[in-house]
Amino acid sequence: MAKARTGAIMLALPLTAFILVTFIAPLGSMFMRSLYDPLVADIMPETVAALEEWDGTGLPPEQVYALAARELERAREEKTIGKLATRLNRDTSGLRSAVMRTGRGLKRAGGPPWSETLPAINAAWGEPATWQALARTGARVTPVYYLNAVDLTFGSDGGIVRQPEERRIYTALFIKTIRVSLTITLLCLAIGYPVAYLIAHSPPRLSRLLLVLVLVPFWTSLLVRTTSWIVLLQQQGVVNDLLVRFGLIPDEQRLTMIHNMTGTLVAMTHVLLPFMILPLYSVMRGIPAVQMQAAMSLGASWPRAFYRVYLPQSLPGVGAGCLLVFILAIGYYITPALVGGQSGQLISNFIAYHIQTSLNWGLAAALGCVLFVAVLLLFLLYDRVLGLDRMKLG
Amino acid sequence: MKLMRINPGQWALRLFCGLAFLFLIAPILVIIPLSFNAEPYFTFTRGMLELDPDAYSLRWYEQVIFGEQWQNAALNSLIIGVSATVLATVLGTLAALGLSSPALPWRRPLTALLISPLIVPIIISAAGMFFFYSSLSLTQTHAALILSHAALGAPFVVITVTASMAGFNRELLLAAASLGAGPARSFFRVQLPIISPGVISGALFAFAASLDEVVVVLFMGGIEQRTIPREMWSGIREEISPAILAAATFLILIAVLLLIAVELLQRPPKKTE
Repeated sequence: MAKARTGAIMLALPLTAFILVTFIAPLGSMFMRSLYDPLVADIMPETVAALEEWDGTGLPPEQVYALAARELERAREEKTIGKLATRLNRDTSGLRSAVMRTGRGLKRAGGPPWSETLPAINAAWGEPATWQALARTGARVTPVYYLNAVDLTFGSDGGIVRQPEERRIYTALFIKTIRVSLTITLLCLAIGYPVAYLIAHSPPRLSRLLLVLVLVPFWTSLLVRTTSWIVLLQQQGVVNDLLVRFGLIPDEQRLTMIHNMTGTLVAMTHVLLPFMILPLYSVMRGIPAVQMQAAMSLGASWPRAFYRVYLPQSLPGVGAGCLLVFILAIGYYITPALVGGQSGQLISNFIAYHIQTSLNWGLAAALGCVLFVAVLLLFLLYDRVLGLDRMKLG
Repeated sequence: MKLMRINPGQWALRLFCGLAFLFLIAPILVIIPLSFNAEPYFTFTRGMLELDPDAYSLRWYEQVIFGEQWQNAALNSLIIGVSATVLATVLGTLAALGLSSPALPWRRPLTALLISPLIVPIIISAAGMFFFYSSLSLTQTHAALILSHAALGAPFVVITVTASMAGFNRELLLAAASLGAGPARSFFRVQLPIISPGVISGALFAFAASLDEVVVVLFMGGIEQRTIPREMWSGIREEISPAILAAATFLILIAVLLLIAVELLQRPPKKTE
């Protein structure tokens, strides 16, 4: 028995190690990024260390000014000052130009006392808030990205405050993502339930044919299906052309169905519908049709027989399908990015935006971690109710 | 349908499902004729509707088949897809054998770990992989994409092979051993042929997943690592040309072939065997 045990472990070991390195470690590195941000501390180590001695009120002593001037000068030479400026600006608006100007100004600036020279180059160095920002962002381990992910930030006194109005977007975005995912789940259920019912209770030959109609989109590339919806829904697209040709709408009033929320809802429902139909079908196939006949022969009307006999037995499929569609929807990126326009963007689009465009990796990681925890909780629920190891494909 | 007598309700169900199937299939079918459009539009021209042969052309196929950009993309998709599939299939099959053994400790958490790449939304996996490989300065390499796609594809192999192991009679291994076969020999001669439908369909799932994956490629791939879906992504975003419809038609063809292959493999074996 011990030999069998060792054998089984040896077989499972290579993939376990592989997944730990290529999947779990990346997740861990995302978690790290969301909490650990050494950028400011690496560029201005001595200033940050000296600021730790400072009590945070008024202006720091001359010695701190001198260190800051030296390290800013070095950052300019090493061309890291841009990153520093961006990072400080994320904390306090306006610091980007202050830091960049200081960098340029230091070249022809005089010498000590730096507590007069620096504020002369840029007035920001005469403000306690600037030094507080430097001290705050100098902490290598920081909860600030999680605060930002829920629209909070550090105030100038170090307390936690709400973001300024124009930066308050993520709570609304999380709520919108959940609302859109729920809508898509319900749309998929409304369309998928009758379809799965029809497939499950058709004669075998027909049932197989209908199942193929579900499996073809399931196997077709996501990008292909998203492209199809652009072709169909755009202003000069097939649907608008048909509506105009049949005189349902005038040519100059073509409907805007893409690059907005409608586009996201339609295309994502299409993409996720097979994930609803397949689990529903596999549960419904096991419900004997004769039970409904029996209920109706005993005098139940069709709706009553359905409600009392059929529906309860199909609920495991409903649960599996809904949870699967909801979880897939909540993390969807490609489809909203291509057909969602401005209004159809979800939380994943902002994660991608912060990775690729704004380069605010800490915030991207924190948003990712929040989403990850949400999905994890949903899957624990799924496992509790239905069992993960019963997951099947195709 | 013997479930109920023919009545208006049943016709309503059929009509509703008919529309639902139209919704599922029509968007995919509409791509195919449009990819033969002679004009650079995404919509049916008057000539196409009148079935004028001049309104149809193969110019977009020419562009996709002979264009250097698309050729490179196809090559990259193939290199990354095949390497990732081989890696995922070998590791996944071994792991599934281990998971099917009753002697394995912590089976449930281990299964959850091994299929977790399938469960975590791709945006999160891709973000994590991006941070991880950028801290190793390995972004914009084929190796990082192959490893990532292998991790994303392995759960498919684990699931399909575990499923086919459920029907595997372990006494056959004892029989092979009693006839003098070593573990390797009995695996390749007895076990593998029996579970091969599971192995192959897992590999097909993994390959399809890699062929369709674009988020990881977007985050980590450079110009040198552009794959077919990556090329389609910029085609949709930047210069909309029916060339992407021609590429899409190829992908639909591949999807149908993969579907047929998996369906044939998952048929229960004939009783005569």
